[in-house]
Amino acid sequence: MATPTTTEEATKSGPAPFESWGRYPAYNATVLPMHWQGDYPGMLDGIHGGALAVGMGRSYGDVCLLKDGTLLQTTSMNRLLAFDPNSGVLTAEAGITLAQILDFAVPRGFFLPVSPGTKYVTLGGAIANDIHGKNHEAAGSFGNHVPQFELVRSNGNRMLCSSRENPDYYAATIGGMGLTGVITWAQLRLKPIVSRKIDYEGIQFHGIDEFLAIKKQYSHVEYTVAWVDCLSTGKNFARGIFMLGDHSKEPGELKISPKPKLVFPIEAPGFMLNKFSIAAFNTVFFHKQMKAHVKTVQDYEPFFYPLDAVQKWNRMYGKNGLVQFQFAIPWEHAKEGTIAILSEIAKSGLASFLAVLKTFGDVPSFGLMSFPLSGFMFALDFPIKEGVTFPLMQRLGDMTREFGGRLYSAKDACMTSDQFKAFYPQWERFARYKDPAITSSFWERVMGQEGDR
Amino acid sequence: MSTQPSSNEPVLAVRRTADNEMGNILNLHPRRILVLGATSGIAESCIRLWAERGENLYLVARNADKLAAVAADARTRGANYVDFAVADLDKTASHPELLAHAINSLAGLDIAYLALGVLGEQPKAERTFDEAGQILHTNYVAPISLLTWLANYCAQRHSGTLAVLSSVAGDRGRKSNYVYGSSKAGLSAFLAGLRNRIDREGVTVMTIKPGPVKTAMTHGMKGSEKFADVDKVAATIVKAIDNKQDVVYVPGIWRIIMGVIKVIPERTFKKLNL
Ligand SMILES: Cc1cc2nc3c(=O)[nH]c(=O)nc-3n(C[C@H](O)[C@H](O)[C@H](O)COP(=O)(O)OP(=O)(O)OC[C@H]3O[C@@H](n4cnc5c(N)ncnc54)[C@H](O)[C@@H]3O)c2cc1C
Ligand SMILES: NC(=O)c1ccc[n+]([C@@H]2O[C@H](COP(=O)([O-])OP(=O)(O)OC[C@H]3O[C@@H](n4cnc5c(N)ncnc54)[C@H](OP(=O)(O)O)[C@@H]3O)[C@@H](O)[C@H]2O)c1
Repeated sequence: MATPTTTEEATKSGPAPFESWGRYPAYNATVLPMHWQGDYPGMLDGIHGGALAVGMGRSYGDVCLLKDGTLLQTTSMNRLLAFDPNSGVLTAEAGITLAQILDFAVPRGFFLPVSPGTKYVTLGGAIANDIHGKNHEAAGSFGNHVPQFELVRSNGNRMLCSSRENPDYYAATIGGMGLTGVITWAQLRLKPIVSRKIDYEGIQFHGIDEFLAIKKQYSHVEYTVAWVDCLSTGKNFARGIFMLGDHSKEPGELKISPKPKLVFPIEAPGFMLNKFSIAAFNTVFFHKQMKAHVKTVQDYEPFFYPLDAVQKWNRMYGKNGLVQFQFAIPWEHAKEGTIAILSEIAKSGLASFLAVLKTFGDVPSFGLMSFPLSGFMFALDFPIKEGVTFPLMQRLGDMTREFGGRLYSAKDACMTSDQFKAFYPQWERFARYKDPAITSSFWERVMGQEGDR
Repeated sequence: MSTQPSSNEPVLAVRRTADNEMGNILNLHPRRILVLGATSGIAESCIRLWAERGENLYLVARNADKLAAVAADARTRGANYVDFAVADLDKTASHPELLAHAINSLAGLDIAYLALGVLGEQPKAERTFDEAGQILHTNYVAPISLLTWLANYCAQRHSGTLAVLSSVAGDRGRKSNYVYGSSKAGLSAFLAGLRNRIDREGVTVMTIKPGPVKTAMTHGMKGSEKFADVDKVAATIVKAIDNKQDVVYVPGIWRIIMGVIKVIPERTFKKLNL
């Protein structure tokens, strides 16, 4: 009765039927909603061109896309299945969003063990990219808090995965970019809180050395992240604001967050985002915090999810979209690598609003293909500019490789096959766990000729 | 069908639960709500709202796996009590026993919510009576069997609300779905008559007429991305049930739209492509 959303018209006349956050690349695909755990793999009947489970499309590049294939959108499969208030373990279907989990957990005095910069991602997506938060040093990545989940393969095999049961599939699926099968439900260990509030401190810094000094001085603080201005050179090179926070220990009200009201209204014309407007934005942001040191108590929403206040802010980049460049470089080369890359970016003159600098700790990830490694993590968005953005991304990727680092697949649209295989030399072992019916445009791209379909 | 988490705590087999764990709303006067067709998209959204309020729920649907997930969700969200039964509601002969069992389990009844329905395939229903008969059976005959029993139960006790999902499609037959529409038209007419009979006995009979809503039923239909959001529709319905309204259009604009469609003269209407 229900026919799949046909998409031939979609890209001819409008946006792709399913977009990633960067809105680049844009591909045609058939989107099938998944409502129930039992829908898969039966829903594959009659489809060809491969399939891929997707969540909220909050990945930036093509890990959540499959050109001319079928995307199984999990967001209607979002039930809570069980909660144990003694252990904090929540069992839920994989299409539930972290926002929905927070609505449930916060009034009960619990919080996410790891929070990305937006709460509009699904549980399944968070596992599949083994996402990280501002507390990597203390908590590791998301998968470290997922004791078990169910993985369903295209042959109908339903596997319980944990460190004890099917441990190889457990490790391959955490950070496995959706390629090992469909996660139907998962458990997540929440942590207790007594208030919505965050004890916040913001400190201005100039240069990487000051950043490291603050980092060291505040090593007892759970959440740390810095915002860096990458347009300024000279004495303002690598200036930024170091942001620190801990869950307040003072018991406070534990109510549900209000729903966001602002939506970025239209596709911004490309000329709005030039070097000068961004430089102005960065200067305003830097001096928004006029004082060199601010100490205050704030709600967790603006602390963790400042960008969620304006829905669809990615439209600000116009219909060409944006790409994100995100690296992790080990301590050994962290400082020189970051400075070299920052200089290269400043030299290119390509504007960027958001440059985020964090440090990763040494809690090992459970995932075979997980991104974090102990050292520096750096992320920034670029508008797509003909002839400039992609060559720069190539250079930055090569530099990252020279400094022994790697790029984050969840944010990538540009890595070459060679770069990917150098960043993730374990890819061949991983490929053994890939489900033959499942693939993604990312995987096809980074496998190059050898891609197994 | 699905793998069970390996812990002592059963995740999907949720039955009698009276424990109100920390954080859940302690509802001192939980209402006893029976949901027929509990795996429907619209019904499930309502169930979530009722569960968050700590109501007592008895859920009936024909697919055991789906029903177990809906029940687990209701229980986790804070329903004061959740019980369920798997039943194909097309089988009218089993209705009296099913309903009596449900009411025993709930220890009474405050609200019965009927959500079962099939859209069917109109072109197929034009060719063969089997398809048309199936649509009429699930959307009209089965609800009337359920309502006959429930109406008498409630009328005897002078209490209760019978809230039934009909449709705007029943307000005027259109070529694109007149078999489905006629089943809902019959249902709406039945409900109007029933209300006329038992409202005076203290029983609320509520006809709910949704416009197109984004659920599994309408997935893939032309323009379905613009259909109403199921959670908003559910919030309106739950509020209307609280207020014991008679006839509810959701979203409300459909009362006006259907008002216009109903007055188009047949001479013109029969030539339209609707
Ligand atoms: C503003 C913003 C801030 C962000 N901040 C951070 C951050 O701080 N840290 C960080 O790590 N990431 C961050 N991200 C990235 C984001 O957290 C990840 O890309 C996340 O995986 C997106 O989840 P999603 O539900 O949107 O999944 P999608 O993007 O739709 O899919 C992501 C991957 O998950 C797979 N997948 C989804 N569901 C399933 C399932 N049920 N079974 C199997 N595979 C599945 C898909 O196949 C795909 O490979 C940010 C993104 C944005 C837009
Ligand atoms: N969505 C709309 O646009 C819309 C508009 C107006 C009115 N409505 C009405 O609203 C009600 C709910 O629809 P929905 O949108 O939520 O669609 P839905 O998700 O498809 O729900 C319909 C439900 O009816 C159940 N059902 C069908 N036959 C059954 C049977 N013999 N025994 C038991 N259960 C049976 C289905 O069970 P399974 O899950 O096992 O299939 C399904 O859960 C329906 O009556 C529909 O006609 C819907």
